[in-house]
Amino acid sequence: MKQFDYIRASANSDVTRTPDATIIAGGTNLLDLMKLEVMTPDKLVDISRLDLKQITPTRDGGLRIGALVTNSDLAADMTVREDYAALSSALLAGASGQLRNKATTGGNLLQRTRCYYFYDTDQPCNKREPGSGCGAMEGANRLHAILGVTDKCIASHPSDMAVAMQMLGAEIEIEGTDGASRTVPLSEFYLIPTDPAVETVLQSGELITAVTLPAPAEGNQTYRKVRDRASYAFAMASVAARIEVSEGKITQAAIACGGIGSMPWRDPAVEEALVGQEPSATLFSKAADILVADAAPKDGNAFKVPLARRTLIATLKELTGVQQ
Amino acid sequence: MTDGINISTAELTMNEPDDRNRLDVTVQGLIHTGMDRPDGPLKVSGRATYAHEDQPAGMMTGVLVRAPVAGGQITGLNAEAVRKLDGVRDVFHGKTFLRNPAQGTANEAPVQPDGKISYIGQPVALVVADTFEQARHAAHMIELQITPEDAVTDLDVAEIETPKDKQSSQGDLDAALSDAAYTVDETYRTSGHSSSAMEPHAAIAQWDGGKLTLRGSYQMLKYNVNELADALGVDAENVHILAPYVGGGFGSKLGISHEAVAAAHAARELGAPVAVVLSRQQVLEATMRRSETVQHIKLAADADGRMTGIGHDSTVSQLLDESFAEPVSQATPFLYRGENREIGMHIKRINRMCAGSVRAPGEAVGITALEIAMDELADVSGIDPVELRKRNIPEVDPSDGREFSSHKLAEALDDGAKTFGWADREAGKTDGEWLIGYGMSSATRVNMLGESHARVTLNEDGSLLVETDMTDIGTGTYAILTQIAGEMLGVPADRVTVRLGDSSLPKAAGSGGSWGAASSGGSVFVACEALRKKIAETMGVEERDLTLQDGVATTNNRRADLPEFTKNGPFTVEGTINKGDTQTDRRQATFGAFFAEVGVNSVTGETRVRRMHGSFAAGRILNAKTARSQCLGGMTFGIGMALTEELMFDKRDGHLVNNDLAEYHVPVNLDVPQLTVNFVQERDPWANPMQAKGIGELGICGAGASIINAIYDACGVRVRDLPATMDKILPGLPDM
Repeated sequence: MKQFDYIRASANSDVTRTPDATIIAGGTNLLDLMKLEVMTPDKLVDISRLDLKQITPTRDGGLRIGALVTNSDLAADMTVREDYAALSSALLAGASGQLRNKATTGGNLLQRTRCYYFYDTDQPCNKREPGSGCGAMEGANRLHAILGVTDKCIASHPSDMAVAMQMLGAEIEIEGTDGASRTVPLSEFYLIPTDPAVETVLQSGELITAVTLPAPAEGNQTYRKVRDRASYAFAMASVAARIEVSEGKITQAAIACGGIGSMPWRDPAVEEALVGQEPSATLFSKAADILVADAAPKDGNAFKVPLARRTLIATLKELTGVQQ
Repeated sequence: MTDGINISTAELTMNEPDDRNRLDVTVQGLIHTGMDRPDGPLKVSGRATYAHEDQPAGMMTGVLVRAPVAGGQITGLNAEAVRKLDGVRDVFHGKTFLRNPAQGTANEAPVQPDGKISYIGQPVALVVADTFEQARHAAHMIELQITPEDAVTDLDVAEIETPKDKQSSQGDLDAALSDAAYTVDETYRTSGHSSSAMEPHAAIAQWDGGKLTLRGSYQMLKYNVNELADALGVDAENVHILAPYVGGGFGSKLGISHEAVAAAHAARELGAPVAVVLSRQQVLEATMRRSETVQHIKLAADADGRMTGIGHDSTVSQLLDESFAEPVSQATPFLYRGENREIGMHIKRINRMCAGSVRAPGEAVGITALEIAMDELADVSGIDPVELRKRNIPEVDPSDGREFSSHKLAEALDDGAKTFGWADREAGKTDGEWLIGYGMSSATRVNMLGESHARVTLNEDGSLLVETDMTDIGTGTYAILTQIAGEMLGVPADRVTVRLGDSSLPKAAGSGGSWGAASSGGSVFVACEALRKKIAETMGVEERDLTLQDGVATTNNRRADLPEFTKNGPFTVEGTINKGDTQTDRRQATFGAFFAEVGVNSVTGETRVRRMHGSFAAGRILNAKTARSQCLGGMTFGIGMALTEELMFDKRDGHLVNNDLAEYHVPVNLDVPQLTVNFVQERDPWANPMQAKGIGELGICGAGASIINAIYDACGVRVRDLPATMDKILPGLPDM
């Protein structure tokens, strides 16, 4: 680990006034990356003592989740469990109990990919070292994304939490260097890896202060994660979905997928194909085809195309009670 | 020490079977019980000092530097620049460094290649600093100058060697296959595996004059001393290794490894204690791997399912100049009948980390593939898998006509089937999306004995001291040696002290190859029997007429407390056991049977084990709890082999892709359902005077096959390329 300066923030402005510092909260990902010198910040600003740990109702009936609420606390929150069940499930499907106790809401959104080549500093990686190439493209790419990829990077986003939040229509509150706040929909937060080192719209010195969820929506919701072992493994595919059926027709559909995209993947075309239709296996199959229509698989992750299709179909069946 | 110390020796070479079953006659009641480990409280309270935890004052820390290419020669490095970094004491590289760890029982240093690189991850330099953090960063700052050399990184283009001594043939397999009513002719693949013991490889080296004390994590100290001395160019008498607690070995710590030699070299140069601990990535990249295997298996059977032929041709890989080759077909010659046989073995040379022993080298993967093939034979012949195996149990070792020392496969199959409810399994069962299936497999592992010495002292207060350089790698050695000594001499467990893991103590066989309990236990038994004779002599009776219990010796007409025999000082006997004719006069092996219930998700192809049972016959079970734990661990390895574990290499440059436990998937708690274990009553007089056989590896030998066979039963997908990850199941599932 490279030596670094350490600042302990006691106010948000301590962060926004030091745009050259890398923010550390739970440290569950950053510390690993620093030990391996995948990330070598000169300066850390520790935000763990900031007052960003509350979960509070919003005026429009939604929920405001402080950026430092731990994954464990968020998963256990009664409002989350009752009104945003997919989020609670997604959190509990991620990492391990120990990690969830440390990992924070803001940090989870910003966790880095698990691409093997990103982690190995003797290997090329455009995300870690722009211009060095992509080792995964023609190498081991079982974990990798099939959607939202470029010829520079096929890394997948590893978060479970963010997939559920994407489905729920979350927004991110960001405090800027001028002390002013801006709000960015999660759907606009992540970037396609045209420049793989730049993963989000977050600027230097900006601090995520909270994630807000809209008022609970109607319908059944769930989070389904498919993985190589029963716990402590990243998603090969996952689906967060909410479906409202009224008078035999789907009236609302919100769907996001994990494990298959360069970011928590939400495709409005999939949802549009469902809304107004009568739930059926045929319909779901059609929606699943739309999901993977633009998939760009490699040798190692080609199975994610049928896997994502099947997982989406099964999830939609489960939510709508469609048999077969 | 007491003036009147009385030391003698006793020795047994196993040339004759011992069916006296002495441990059935002794009455202390310790043997076989599930006695808790005496070292357990120390371990769970953090007081057991593992290799890196017993830190001397003034200790510095070294971090190894990894080779970034699979072939080349190091011509220089930026040592001057790195020495200037904060806290750095020195940078070492060159001829002392090992290419790879020593193979088990090597007894000499492995290749020391002097800067020649043979695989990515090879530790080629050491940076020593005041703190770990400084050393780790400085190691990262090392820039190696390398003259690249050709390297073979793709198995598909690797050269194949076919060692003459590893091919054998009996009868005419081709004729047997063409005459057979039922045949199987398939190729199976198993992936490379890493032991990844919980305690990484670690060493602290400290020199006092010309004498080295090394705290390390190794399995076989008597060999390790010689290996380390050879690597350092010093006399073995100047090397002292301490390994009182070892946090798992599984073969990866059989031989001396990079960290020990690097730490000792640096400590010698710096005149200060130096610690070197491998990171998890280094454990995966630079210690022993189990080779991947390709196994072409042919089975021929008559209309009744009686086998007439077996072919087992395997291909494994290894570094250049290493002679070890995963002995895939080691147990194939004797597991089933069939007079026509062909055993083949081929080695591909590749620039990957060294292949060596990983729990049950040979049978772990060889029996697993053979038992999948047997399931295929059961399927084509329509014979129940348990029945098929029972019909093919040979009377004698079919390869050489030797009788078995003891053979309880049929009993294990029956016991397992009954316990599991094999006969009541339901075909086509489902649970929501989950397709439920059942599978079984046989287990077998060769049984061995190795020369072992132990010193047992009856103290003046009637307590016992057992001393040997044997290791406890989590297996329960402290417990079983306590039990054997206490049982033989009638001393309660809390009055028995066992000292292990110190190379200055009498030399044991070490932990490996499932021979540790039998060998070290055998030497303790021999010493204790000699002590019993001394006591009997003093009492004027034959040893067999002596009863020892709770510190009291009793004969027909006399009782005496044990301290009465040590009034003139403690009695010490150094016991020795040697392997003898019984090792070759009989085929010695352990047997067992696995039964598994799995669920295969019909949507995703995910497989989860729902329950699993093993019944095992391994002679006398010395400690019911630690033996069971060994089997649970083996079965858990089997789950990993079947479903998740795979060393993934990038064939372009040869690097290990998944070099941490986040991506090298050992089973986690949720992957391991309730496992049950039964032991079949057995005494094997040919094995040793305790009639006990090795149990440390049997639990993995074929375990994975029961799961693979259950997957086939559940969904009709026959996976012949392990692990059975979802991508291999998905194409066989119904469309959605």
